Amino acid sequence: MTNAPTAVDRARFSWRARQFIRKLRHGDEVAHLITLLAAASIIVVTLMLVYQLYINSALPRHKFGFEFFTGRTWDPVSEEFGALPFIYGTVVSSALALLVAVPLGVGAAIFLSELAPARISNYLTFVIELLAAIPSVIYGLLGIFILVPVLRKVVMPFLKQTLGFLPLFKGPMYGVSMLAGGLVLAIMIVPFIISVSRDVLMAVPVEQREAALGLGATKWESTWQVVVPFAKVGIMASVFLALARALGETMAVTMVIGNDPKISASLFAPGYSIAAVIANEFTEATGDMYLQSLIYLGLVLFLLTILINGLARLVIIATTQKGAQAQ
Amino acid sequence: MKLKTSIISIALGAVLVALGVCAFVESPSAAPAPAPTPALLLNAAGATFPYPIYSKWFTEYNRIHPDIQINYNSIGSGGGIRQLQAGTVDFGASDAPMTDKQLSDNKVPVLHFPTVLGAVVPTYNLEGVNQDLNFSGEVLADIFIGKVTKWNDPALATINKGVSLPNTDIIVVHRSDGSGTSFVWTDYLSKVSKEWETKVGRNTSVNWPVGLGGKGNEGVAGLVKQQPGSIGYVELVYAVQNKLPYGQVRNSSGAFEKANLAGVTAAAASEAKRIPPDFRVSITNASGKTAYPICSFTYLLIPSKIDDPAKKKAIKDFLHWMLVDGQNDAEGLSYARLPKDVVAKELKAIAQIN
Repeated sequence: MTNAPTAVDRARFSWRARQFIRKLRHGDEVAHLITLLAAASIIVVTLMLVYQLYINSALPRHKFGFEFFTGRTWDPVSEEFGALPFIYGTVVSSALALLVAVPLGVGAAIFLSELAPARISNYLTFVIELLAAIPSVIYGLLGIFILVPVLRKVVMPFLKQTLGFLPLFKGPMYGVSMLAGGLVLAIMIVPFIISVSRDVLMAVPVEQREAALGLGATKWESTWQVVVPFAKVGIMASVFLALARALGETMAVTMVIGNDPKISASLFAPGYSIAAVIANEFTEATGDMYLQSLIYLGLVLFLLTILINGLARLVIIATTQKGAQAQ
Repeated sequence: MKLKTSIISIALGAVLVALGVCAFVESPSAAPAPAPTPALLLNAAGATFPYPIYSKWFTEYNRIHPDIQINYNSIGSGGGIRQLQAGTVDFGASDAPMTDKQLSDNKVPVLHFPTVLGAVVPTYNLEGVNQDLNFSGEVLADIFIGKVTKWNDPALATINKGVSLPNTDIIVVHRSDGSGTSFVWTDYLSKVSKEWETKVGRNTSVNWPVGLGGKGNEGVAGLVKQQPGSIGYVELVYAVQNKLPYGQVRNSSGAFEKANLAGVTAAAASEAKRIPPDFRVSITNASGKTAYPICSFTYLLIPSKIDDPAKKKAIKDFLHWMLVDGQNDAEGLSYARLPKDVVAKELKAIAQIN
């Protein structure tokens, strides 16, 4: 039932071709293609990354199965590998970092966008953005030479005296510890939170503030009850950006966390994180099982990041819906 | 119309991305193509510990033979062995000899050529103690296993008569990164303590029973400097160059030896007769009277079959030069030179490369 192309078909085709060429000339198709490529390449790279991590961790996945996530021993000699102390260290150090950095960062951002004179705000923002550009090894060095001695000599004895009844602040005080790891991370991620949160707060329409002030609100009432809720989602986004950096941070953490894969309730005890152990042991890992276990840890970190980010998104959705209902 | 064109562009995009992916997958670890130079370029990778002297050797050799250039990437012994197995380097370098399994995994048999010797020393930070402390292998093993926890423990006191040791906790510091230094240290502890051998064992990184981990020699030294009452281990070169205090260790003849380059060469010389033809041997806890007990060779790993005749000649010539002339550079850079017997054996072994 094949028909020879009729004159109408040919006309339609040439019309389409002309249409396409015209669009091409206007740049629409080119722009479409380039941006599509950019988007596709990111997804492809991510998928390839997961694929490689998965393929190259076959040995430990088969040998340990789920016990890899619950095992507490990391013994390259007997080739017995368990990731729990590293997962614990990664989560606790990042949580500690957020605990310190979020109030500090959001507070600073509110000051810079709402309360500080414009000139001071600009100067300070410039300095903060400089902080974000410092390589992490520098933070690690500052951690070793300044933060750790101060922790050992001043902060830890003080905490032990005042809050020593808590299991969090027990045990010998080496300085290098989960606490030091969390604090260095906090210092590193604060600039991200400040910088992004400030931009988000600045983007809140002036009308919102004027309306609140017009209704008789004080400056602080307008800031806290109108501007901050308006920018809440953006501020949370800045926190997740910071969290992602904290979870994956390697060099600064390994320099101050003590690198001991044990789970301890005390923040004074040394710990270890996933990123740190990969950086430490990858170069000299020779056996296949050992090397693949390290790659498996990389996959675990990836899954952990997805899990935490997923939870975070749920939190955002839940809180924004609640806000909408209240209104 | 819109749909059609976007389908076309999606297909185009997918093809382009796939092409890129293919190019990436095809050559995951290929070294970048060397720039077209008239010189013969040799690529090598491996241990970081001997990097300073290797870099001096390769530079100097290039000055004498301008047509031969050797690139060395100090990416660690494990990386060196892996790259050799993958065939992306002409030869590798490692602090620890390759295991039987690693050798059998390699397509071409690999020859080990010791280049220089390194030693590992116990460094410590003990306020109020000015003289060098004495250690024995057993005591070091017990400290690192967590059985000896106080500086005034009788085991330490009996070998340090006349030193007033404080009643403070010992803080153990070890390497957190995998390293040849840790291998030599744990190899020695395994030889002197059965308990260490069965509970912990020897490797570039182990499951440390106690202690804090520092990254690199500088990480360990930094922690030891900061923590009063701590003990760690670093390479002799590092301790000498940074003027760290380090202790004497009792050798298997019962003499307390402070590590120095002569003592390390003496340790290797006393073991020379025992060295097997493939040079894969541990010389920790050596038997010589003046031998320092915690030391080891570091090796170049050379494939026994090299197809390119120009490369083969270049590598053989370099090995010969390294063993005869290059050894004179060792002590200036705080490495212990090879004993004469070992050099003679290696010169004969060069003939095995073909």
